[in-house]
Amino acid sequence: MRLLVSSMKVDGSADGQDMQPLLKVENLVKRYAKRSLVGAREELLALHGVSFTISPGSTLAVVGESGSGKSTLASCLACLESPTAGNIWFEGKDIVTLGERARQQILPQIQLIFQDPASSLNPRWSVLEILIEPLILRRKFNREEMSQRASSLLERVGLSPDIVERPPTELSGGQRQRLAIARALALEPKLLILDEPLSALDCSVQAQIANLLMELQSSLAMTYLFITHDLAMAAHLADEIAVMNRGRIVEQGPAEQILKQPRNETTRQLLAAVPRMVRALPALEQ
Amino acid sequence: MASVLEIKDLQVCYRSGKGVLCPALAGVSFGLMSGEIMGVLGESGSGKSTLAVSLVQLLPSNGEISRGAVHFEGKDLLCAKPDELQQIRGRRISLIFQEPSLALHPTMRAGEQVRQVLAAHSSPGKSALHQRTQQVFAEVFPEDADRISHSYPHQLSGGQRQRVLIAQAIACGPSVVIADEPTASLDPATQMEILAVFRTLRERLGLAMIFITHNPALLSGFADRVLVLYGGQVVECGPAEAVLRSPRHPYTKALFESIPAVSQERGNGRKIKLPVILGDSSRLSWPRVGCPFEPRCRERMNICTEREPALVNLSDSHAASCFKYES
Repeated sequence: MRLLVSSMKVDGSADGQDMQPLLKVENLVKRYAKRSLVGAREELLALHGVSFTISPGSTLAVVGESGSGKSTLASCLACLESPTAGNIWFEGKDIVTLGERARQQILPQIQLIFQDPASSLNPRWSVLEILIEPLILRRKFNREEMSQRASSLLERVGLSPDIVERPPTELSGGQRQRLAIARALALEPKLLILDEPLSALDCSVQAQIANLLMELQSSLAMTYLFITHDLAMAAHLADEIAVMNRGRIVEQGPAEQILKQPRNETTRQLLAAVPRMVRALPALEQ
Repeated sequence: MASVLEIKDLQVCYRSGKGVLCPALAGVSFGLMSGEIMGVLGESGSGKSTLAVSLVQLLPSNGEISRGAVHFEGKDLLCAKPDELQQIRGRRISLIFQEPSLALHPTMRAGEQVRQVLAAHSSPGKSALHQRTQQVFAEVFPEDADRISHSYPHQLSGGQRQRVLIAQAIACGPSVVIADEPTASLDPATQMEILAVFRTLRERLGLAMIFITHNPALLSGFADRVLVLYGGQVVECGPAEAVLRSPRHPYTKALFESIPAVSQERGNGRKIKLPVILGDSSRLSWPRVGCPFEPRCRERMNICTEREPALVNLSDSHAASCFKYES
């Protein structure tokens, strides 16, 4: 099944429309060339014509098993990898074909948050250094402004400004993920790509970070692309869910609809694999 | 039913860089019945991994067992000599760790890695060894056993690697398997598959298991009993059904409430916040007086800071350590 939004105009002149999507991905293809020891060329099609849109202020969850292409999608959207074919329209501009200088203007508006905050934060830097690095790279702020911004960022994500001198290794898992979120917010992005942001955390901390993400979304009108294999959390956080399998989106729709009437076999399998707490199944008690 | 493993008042401390002793387990007691799956539930800092390694004395060099006893097959493992322990570890009690890609040798075929476990504990002939390896592989891989035993770890998927670790663990026919977050790095479908493997092995070989996890949802329908650890202490223990369906300790209750359910209704499309436990468990202060959960507890009372609550029996098999239930 293919879900295309091909009814929308693709020439970038959609500005006049009321609800211009923040991000529109069209037919994205990513192919990796593999060369085995004997020299035979093999190709791995990680993304196989992926298309979707996200409207401003909403959350799209991308779910799928490992190897379905979720993380490749994230790297392509954050321009860490260049797609083999396809377009990525961000506010009407195609960041795939855009010139380098124009692209540098857009990239700060798309930020990525990774699964494991322990490996995405420099252990030798202090919290302050981590937070002001993106600001230094923008060269727009003086020292005073930067430390002010750092403490307001910390406050925003629920961390005490007293920790600025400490290294991230002294923080707990939940605090580190809060710090990673604060760093991503430093440049006031419009789109946050969250690549499994909760799965390395304890259950009680997952709930805290999930709530923080919801708070930030409503106060900053943030747009999220939430990549996960936890369907329950996807249903909780997202407006829409896209299910991926072998590089394709096999089903997409409003979160509730995906859960209640899954139409694709992959979705059904994913739903069946969600470990359920007994309380979620009161019907079995009788 | 007789218990195969009996843990009594186990207390383990770690010596920090400055020489200060920090307790990781503060008096844990429980018994593991034969053929039983005991789910140990705990978050970071609860002492669940310390529990796994201290049972077979594999603590890091700064860890020490300061009190307690671990009775297994008529012996106290904590007083056993190193060569006696060597005979038990891997043969009678085996351990499975979280990260299968780190636990396997990258340049050795899967079959050889299982064969070496067998060879380390017995010395039958070459062909007998080979035969036993094949048997073990057939046990965990109903299909494809032969191909997988000839593969290198990087050629296998995460789930297959985890099965190779299970093969190593059951190779010598142990009576107890301790699994520390064995499914944490796998996706949900593979997680369920591995749980199913454990369940079949339990049926077929009569294994008793200590299954350590931070995810309560994994235990429902899998574990027979659940032990909840918090801050190095048992806060609740009982039959899995009872604990998961109607938790009694405030910590267990709050933990379960913070997990979103698939069927959760959303009030006319608006997103609802999850109920959370404030703070986090990995930073507990020592020395402490009173209940370890008191600082985060919604139902705290004056008495909670004065002394430690003891385990109170709520029924003949379900117990929780909270002053609410003390009369």
